[in-house]
Amino acid sequence: MNVPSFDFMSKRKIATIISGILLVISVGSLSLGGLNMGLDFTGGSLVEVGFAEEVRPDDVRQSLESSGFNDGTVQYFGSNKDLLIRMPPQTADNQSELGDAIFASLQQQFPEVYLRQSSYVGPAVGQELTENGGLALLAALIVVMIYILLRFTKQFSVGAVTALAHDVIIVLGFFAVFRWTFDLTVLAALLAVIGYSLNDTIVVSDRIRENFRKLHRMRPFDIINLSLNQTLGRTLVTSLTTLLVLLALLFAGGEVIRGFALALSLGVLVGTYSSIYVAANVLLAMDLTREDLLPPETGEQGNEDGSYP
Amino acid sequence: MQVAEGVDPPPLGLFGGNRPRGTGGDKLNTFSLWQYVLIAIAITLGAIYAAPNLFPPLPAIQIRSLDASVPVTQSTVRILEQALADAAIQPLEATLDGDQLLVSFADDEARLRAQEVAAARLNRDQGSYVIALAQASTTPQWLQDLGAKPMSLGLDLFGGAHFLLQVNMQDYLDRLVRDTAEGMRDKLIDERIRFIPGRKWVDDQAIRISFRNADDRDNARTALTDYVDFLVSERDVEGNPGLTFTLTEEKVASLEDRAISQNLTSLRNRVNELGVSEPQVQRLGRSRIVVDLPGIQDSARAKEILNKFANLEFRLAAAPASRRSQIESYDYQGRAQEILRRNIVTGNNVQDAQQGYDAETSQPQVNIELDNEGGRKMNAATKDNIGRAMAILFIEQKPRKRTREVDGETVTEFYTVEERRLISVATIQAALGFSFRITGLDLREAQDLALLLRAGALAAPMYIVEERTIGAQLGDENISRGWRSVTFGFVCVLLFMLVYYRWFGLAANIALTTNLMLLVAIMSVLGATLTLPGIAGIVLTVGMAVDANVLIFSRIREELKELAPQQAIQAGFDRALLTITDANVTTFFVAIILLSIGSGPVRGFAVTLAVGIATSMFTAILVTRGVINLMYGRRKLESLKI
Repeated sequence: MNVPSFDFMSKRKIATIISGILLVISVGSLSLGGLNMGLDFTGGSLVEVGFAEEVRPDDVRQSLESSGFNDGTVQYFGSNKDLLIRMPPQTADNQSELGDAIFASLQQQFPEVYLRQSSYVGPAVGQELTENGGLALLAALIVVMIYILLRFTKQFSVGAVTALAHDVIIVLGFFAVFRWTFDLTVLAALLAVIGYSLNDTIVVSDRIRENFRKLHRMRPFDIINLSLNQTLGRTLVTSLTTLLVLLALLFAGGEVIRGFALALSLGVLVGTYSSIYVAANVLLAMDLTREDLLPPETGEQGNEDGSYP
Repeated sequence: MQVAEGVDPPPLGLFGGNRPRGTGGDKLNTFSLWQYVLIAIAITLGAIYAAPNLFPPLPAIQIRSLDASVPVTQSTVRILEQALADAAIQPLEATLDGDQLLVSFADDEARLRAQEVAAARLNRDQGSYVIALAQASTTPQWLQDLGAKPMSLGLDLFGGAHFLLQVNMQDYLDRLVRDTAEGMRDKLIDERIRFIPGRKWVDDQAIRISFRNADDRDNARTALTDYVDFLVSERDVEGNPGLTFTLTEEKVASLEDRAISQNLTSLRNRVNELGVSEPQVQRLGRSRIVVDLPGIQDSARAKEILNKFANLEFRLAAAPASRRSQIESYDYQGRAQEILRRNIVTGNNVQDAQQGYDAETSQPQVNIELDNEGGRKMNAATKDNIGRAMAILFIEQKPRKRTREVDGETVTEFYTVEERRLISVATIQAALGFSFRITGLDLREAQDLALLLRAGALAAPMYIVEERTIGAQLGDENISRGWRSVTFGFVCVLLFMLVYYRWFGLAANIALTTNLMLLVAIMSVLGATLTLPGIAGIVLTVGMAVDANVLIFSRIREELKELAPQQAIQAGFDRALLTITDANVTTFFVAIILLSIGSGPVRGFAVTLAVGIATSMFTAILVTRGVINLMYGRRKLESLKI
C-alpha cells in the first residue's frame, strides 16, 4: 500500500479558520447559555419511573402539580413508557425525601407505576463535584504538558495541549449548543477524550520527530506533511474501530450511558482532526527545527549496537 | 530506550534477545521457549480467573439471626423447608455456613415469594431473623478453591441504594458542651458551692461560670478537676471572679474521630438488620460516611433507619423537696409531670433490646437488658426510691435543613429538631436490676427503638447529602444493555481487523480476546466492582487496544517497502514500541488522575481504563508478537500480505 500524499499543511489556513469558528461558537455558547448541567452538579432530585403502558408526560406533570410538586420537568427517558422527573433544589425541609414523596404521590394516581431510579444530590455535593471536575480536567492537561515536555520539546508540548484544549472546548460547545445534559459520566468521557486525543497526537508527533532526525534536507513544512501522510492510515483505522465500539455503546448501551458515548464519539472525531491540524499547525507556527530534536550531547552517542551514525 | 530512537536502519534486539545485527532471517521473529511459556501462563491464569464471570449467580435468600438465643441451625433449615413445601416453592439448595443460611431458587419470583414465606414463618413470634435477598454463586468448587470469584456488580447493575451522609460535628460538639455544663452545674449544687445563677453558661463551645468571691471559685475549680478534656482558665466576668472551660484542639479532633467511629459502628449494626446481604459502610474524608446497600427493596425504610436518632432516658419523678433548677416538666397523658433533670441511665447503657409482646395485653413492648454499669446504677437508684415514680423519656432527633440569604448567597444550614416525650411513668415496686421491659409505644416505635438501642446510638447527627436508588429492573436492563454493547462492539472490531489485516488481523484478534480476558480476570482478582461506566471502560479499552496493533501493522506495511518480510516484521514491532509506550503512559496518567479526583461513576471508569491500558500493552507487545512469530517465524518469506 502506498503512502498517500495529501498536502495537509497548505490547507492549514482553512483549518485554522474552521477551528476558529468552532471555538468561537463553543466559547460563545458556553458563556451565554452555559451547559445544561445535570443533577450531579446542580443538586436536586431526580426520579425515573416506569409504566406498564405508554404514558403522556403532561398527565404526569398535572398529577404532580395537583399534589403540590411544582417547577418540575417531566420528560420521556429512553422509551415512551419511562419518564424522568427532575425537581430543582427546594427550600423545604428534608429534601432527600422529595423523591420518595414524588413516587408515593404518583403511586396513588397511577397504581401500576414502578420506581426505576431515584437520586438526590445536595447542593454542597454538587458544588464539590463541579470543582473537582474542573480540577481533574486542569490536572490532566498539566500532567500531559509536563510529560510531553520531558519526552519531546516545548513545541510538541504546546501543540498537544492546544489540541487537547481545542477538543475539550469543542465537545463542551456541542453540549452547550444542543442543550444535552452534562453529568458525571460526560465529564469522565471528556477526560477519556483527553486520553484518546493525546494518543493520536503523540503518534503523529512521534513520527514527526523521527522524520526530522532522519530527513536532513527536507523543509519542516514537507516533513510534517509526510509524517501526517505516513500515519494517516493508522489514524483512520484506529478512529474507525474506536468509533465502532462507541456507536455500539451509543445505540445499545441505553439511556444512562448515552451522554458518555456521545461525548466520546464527538471527541474521537474532533480529536482525529486536531491531531492532524491543530498540533501540527502549532509546530509550524512555533518554528520547530531539526536542532530542537537532536538528542542532547552526551558522551555516549548512538545505540547499543552502534547503529547511530 | 535509546535503542529505538529514530535511527535508520532499525536496530534489533528489543524482542528477540540480544542477537547481533545481520543474523539471517531464519532467526528473526522467533521467541525463546520461556517467552512462549510466559504467554501461556498469562493466558491460563487469565482464563481461570475470568471464568467465574461466566457462571451467573442464582437468586437466593440469606437468613441470619439477630438474637444469640435463637441461632440458625439445622432445625431452622427443616422448619423453613417445611414452610416452603407448604407454599409449593421449590428451593434448589440450602447451605448452612456457620451462623448463616443461604437458600437458592431457580428464579426471582420464587425467591421473592420465599422471602415472604420465610419472614412469616421464622419471625412469627419475634423479629429475630433477618431475611436478606442474596446471590448464590454457581462457580464450580475447584475454581473457588483457586480463589477465583466473579466481579461483584455495582448498584447500577444490581439495583440498590447508595447514601452519602454528612456528620454534623458542630451540632455534636455543641451538645457535648451543653451536657457538660449541666453536669458541672449539678456538681456545684451537690457540693454546695455558690455560683451566680441565671447567666448564660455556654458561649460558643466555652463554658463560663462566675462566682461571688474568689474562695467559691477556687473551691469550684477543685470540685471540677474531673473534666480533663477542658482547658480551665480563671477569667473575671463583669467584675466577678470566673472560670472558663474550653475544649482543647486535640480533644476536638479525637472527639470527631470517636463520633465518626461510633456512628460507623451504629450504622453497620443498623444496616445489618435491613435485609441486605452485603452492605458497605465506610468513612469518606473527614466527616462523611458512605453507605451502599446492594439489592435493597425499600430504600425509604432504609433511609429512615439509617438516620434515626432515638434514645431513652430513665429518670426519677420530682420529689417535693427537689430544687426547681433540677426539675423539668413534660406532658404525660394530658397532665404535666415533673421529673428530675438527671438521668439514672440512658439507652447508651443498653446491652440488648428485643421487641416483643406483653403476654396479657398483647401490647408491643421492648425487652431491655442493661450492661454492668447501667444495671448497677439502676439498682442503686431504685433501691432507695421504692414507692417513687420513675419516668421513661423517649428522645428522637429529626434532621431539618433551612436555607438563608447571607450576603446575597443562599446558604443551606442543617439543624436538628429534638422531640422528647414521656412514654411511661410508673411507680417503682422493687429494686430493678439488669433486665426489664418497657411499654407505652406503638408497634413501629417499639421495633425501631429495639433496633436502635441494639445498634447503639449515633454519636453525632447526620444528614443525607447524596442519595441514589436504582430499581432492580433498571439494574437488569443495564446489565443486558452493557453485555449487548460489549458483544456488538467487540464483534465489529474483530470482523474489521480480520477483513482489513487478514492473517495479521487474526493475530490481533487473538491478542484482543486475550486482552479482554485478562482485563476481566484482573478486575475480578482485584475485587473491583463492575458498574455501567466500567463496562463503557471495557468497551473503550477494546477500541483503544486495537490501536497498538494497528500501529504495529501499519509500521510493518511501511517497512516492507524497504526491507525483506522478516526484517520488516521485526522493524515494525520495534519502531512501534516507543510510540505505543508514549501514548499509553500518557493515557495511563489521565486514568490515574480520574481515579484520584473522581468519584462514583468516574472511578469505575478509571479503574477499568487503567487496568485496560496495562493489559493492552502486554497483549500487543507479547501476544500479538507471539502469534505472528508462530505464524511467520523460521519461514522463508518471499512476500508478506498485510
